[in-house]
Amino acid sequence: MDIRQPVSTNYGNWIEKFGELWKRQAESLKEAFGAEIEQILMPPNYPTDVPIIYVNKSSLPKVMAYLKDQSGFEYAFLSDITATDEEVEPRFEVVYNLFSHRHLSRIRIKTRVKENEQVPTLVSVWKGANWAEREVYDMFGIRFEGHPDLRRILMDGRWVGYPLRKDYPLRGYQVFSEPEPIDPKLLE
Amino acid sequence: MAKDGSVGYLTTRLNDFINWGRKNALWPLPFGTSCCGIEMMATLCSDYDMSRFGAEVVRFSPRQSDLLIVAGIINLKMAPVLKVVYDQMSDPKFVMSFGACASSGGIFNVYSVLQGIDTMIPVDVYVPGCPPAPEGVLHALLRLQDMVARGETHSQRKMAIVS
Repeated sequence: MDIRQPVSTNYGNWIEKFGELWKRQAESLKEAFGAEIEQILMPPNYPTDVPIIYVNKSSLPKVMAYLKDQSGFEYAFLSDITATDEEVEPRFEVVYNLFSHRHLSRIRIKTRVKENEQVPTLVSVWKGANWAEREVYDMFGIRFEGHPDLRRILMDGRWVGYPLRKDYPLRGYQVFSEPEPIDPKLLE
Repeated sequence: MAKDGSVGYLTTRLNDFINWGRKNALWPLPFGTSCCGIEMMATLCSDYDMSRFGAEVVRFSPRQSDLLIVAGIINLKMAPVLKVVYDQMSDPKFVMSFGACASSGGIFNVYSVLQGIDTMIPVDVYVPGCPPAPEGVLHALLRLQDMVARGETHSQRKMAIVS
């Protein structure tokens, strides 16, 4: 059962300000990519604050480069990469929040990932995706193929398990009494 | 020393004198990790002055300080670092656990937070609060000074057994 509530937004009603823009962007995305866009959820119909676009996993770098550079879109700022554990098949949804300085609008791209699948990395499109993808790997265990340096960023290097999955216990402490040994290759 | 092993009058006076000197010149190591660190800074600054009680000289090196003030959340990633810092201090060393998160994990009973630094290092005085009011901190400092004067801290008891 979907329990999502309507979301309130800052700086006025976004549907009035960006509704037309989002509709045009959804149309041109569907024309450009066709079947690779799986689903588009728009604000008044679905209880969300920004459009949510479900993209096929393998065409993610193409769609992201299009969204970043195409005039009319220009979502040049990657706000955050995160993921959710949905507990239905496919298990995870990787969420990319984008912002456009030119048009001042936000948008959310999601991809559905099964448990041991890999997602193409977006480091070639945005350099800042490096650490954000490391955080998603650390918290959920989703690997990104093509990532230059995929290792844990928030938890200790010797941690076992992925904390933000639904089956990780809230109080699953792993106490270490020795500091983590420093990898000498990283000291350059 | 007398024949039955009890110490004489002069050595106890000397002991008291040394403890008096120790308690009035505590050099803190501010191990502030999160919000309690700011409250610790407020206590060290001019309005609620901690240097009135002798704890003026803050040294950020464990070799040069004797009071470890752990202020803030200690994550499980930071806990071994805290242990290393504590081990590097030389005797006599005192530990003040500043705030709720250092004493018991605070409101963060989650996978990444150490539930109290006393699972890793021996603590002499705990200051409750989130963050503690500076008056509470000064009260704790005065109680710690009383403990040092009587020789009741963990470090002094260990030294008494050894010597």
